[in-house]
Amino acid sequence: MGIKLLREKWIYVLLLVLALALPLLVTNRYHFQIIIMGCLFSIATLSMNLILGYTGQASLAHAGFFGLGAYALAIMTKSGLSFWLALPLSGLFAALIGFLIGLPTLRTRGSYFAISTMCFGVIVSLVAGNWMEVTGGFNGIVGVPVPNPIPIPLIGEISFQTQGAQYYLVLAFLLLTLLVMHRLVHSLLGLSFMAIRNNEVLAEAVGVHTFAGKVLSFVVANFFAGLAGGIYASLMGNISPGTASLDLTFNWLVFLLLGGVATLSGPIVGAFVIPVLMEYLQFLAEYRMIIFGVLLIVVIIYFPRGFMGAFTTLQERVRAVYGRRKEAVKGVARS
Amino acid sequence: MLLEAENLSKHFAGLAAVSNVSLHVKEGEILAIVGPNGAGKSVLFGLISGLLRPTSGHIRMQDKEITGWKPHRIAHQGIARTFQTTALFDQLRVVDNLAIGYRQRTAGGFWSTLLHTRRWEEDKNRTTAKVMKILSFIGLAEKALHFVSNLSQAEQKRLSIGVALISEPKMILLDEPTGGLILEDTDQITDLIRKIHEVAGVTVCLIEHKMRMVMGLADRMIVLNFGSVIAEGTPAEISQNPKVIEAYLGEEHLA
Repeated sequence: MGIKLLREKWIYVLLLVLALALPLLVTNRYHFQIIIMGCLFSIATLSMNLILGYTGQASLAHAGFFGLGAYALAIMTKSGLSFWLALPLSGLFAALIGFLIGLPTLRTRGSYFAISTMCFGVIVSLVAGNWMEVTGGFNGIVGVPVPNPIPIPLIGEISFQTQGAQYYLVLAFLLLTLLVMHRLVHSLLGLSFMAIRNNEVLAEAVGVHTFAGKVLSFVVANFFAGLAGGIYASLMGNISPGTASLDLTFNWLVFLLLGGVATLSGPIVGAFVIPVLMEYLQFLAEYRMIIFGVLLIVVIIYFPRGFMGAFTTLQERVRAVYGRRKEAVKGVARS
Repeated sequence: MLLEAENLSKHFAGLAAVSNVSLHVKEGEILAIVGPNGAGKSVLFGLISGLLRPTSGHIRMQDKEITGWKPHRIAHQGIARTFQTTALFDQLRVVDNLAIGYRQRTAGGFWSTLLHTRRWEEDKNRTTAKVMKILSFIGLAEKALHFVSNLSQAEQKRLSIGVALISEPKMILLDEPTGGLILEDTDQITDLIRKIHEVAGVTVCLIEHKMRMVMGLADRMIVLNFGSVIAEGTPAEISQNPKVIEAYLGEEHLA
């Protein structure tokens, strides 16, 4: 079993080992911070991918739900609740609001859905900026505590004061998100999401409850957006209405489009490569945007599923042409 | 009686596409609905499958009122359909298209999918077996992992019938299953429809333009013109009916 795993999935095992050893390789605090943010934004982009990429509903409220989770966690932990209880609650809070917002907005389609969710995102940051008593207005909330230490018998405890520990925390949640997304996408349920994206009328005709599917996908996506927001609040220590801003949503959208819509690796590739690219192109100042603009247009026209999508499509096509019936059985079993 | 429609009407902005149509489908028969272009045949299928809401009238499936139901609920009642312009999930592979068609027979919800419960496992295995069975039934086993866009027109037609058939429906509505196909492919589809009827034991209701094919296939025919039923009967009766000859068969019969 172990050897088989190594042979078939060696690339993933290698990546995991690399990810676990990363704190030994990166010594620069600033670089480390970029990596932590990369993991955090990977969670956000992966979950955005579920509703936008796999289910085909372009939600632009994602940073709004990220912000909801961040504020929920900040308020709960500042009033004394343990991080480990507040975190799932902040995810559930975002999911619940997502459910309530999804019921009316998911009845609209295409650009109408994009616009109505975008409005919701703007509303969240406006409320955050003006509801002084709860959100602290435009100053936001400062002094959000870091996650409570986890006691371990005999050894002591794991505290989250160091960057290393914080990194392992976000990495763990990234892997959890990846596991959930992987299971959803490679299942009959995930196929029904893709059916909704591809042809809603046909999906209905073959018996898929398309509205329920869209609501479920939206709620799960927003749960993870809220979770990512909660971790962000705790690690940054301060949040502001900017935490829920539209700019953040569009950043993730760019990560997703360039990395690869409707792939599992694309959002992570996008969330790491693009911020790093931005850092290296610092000397170009605002002219960087021209490069990204051109890149975005080229990718959308020639690689509609981003770099990773282009890669997998090519792989699948090759396999389809040379594949035999025996492999077909395996193919069905995998989906 | 498997399906009954009573005084069905559908108006689009005052224009009657279907007016006062009553019909029934008997269990185990092949019923053909024919008529000139714009006679309201596809609209009728839209009404039965729930895609369109009737302006008035009733539809009953095995004595159960299904008028105004959403398409997915009607599909669960055992009515499957294909579309005139072949509708498939063209971003997905052949096997995925079939698996989605079988989705309504599986129960895997969010938690069972997430936790890979035993039920999820069973559903997956059952789906795999069923997909393989249908693949060989429609003769597409060799193309299982192909994307829909790599299939020929005839293969796409066969797949769309497979997607409808895999849900184990009581009745299948085929909207021009041989539309746009050459003669040889038409014969293959006709054979497939016979197989669906005889081997799978599914009641078939089809819309078709190719009269010769329908005459040899159908047990019973209904002729629509301007949204109303103008004749009903066996193919032999229909071919002798003067109203039908006038409305639709005229030229072909003179030739």
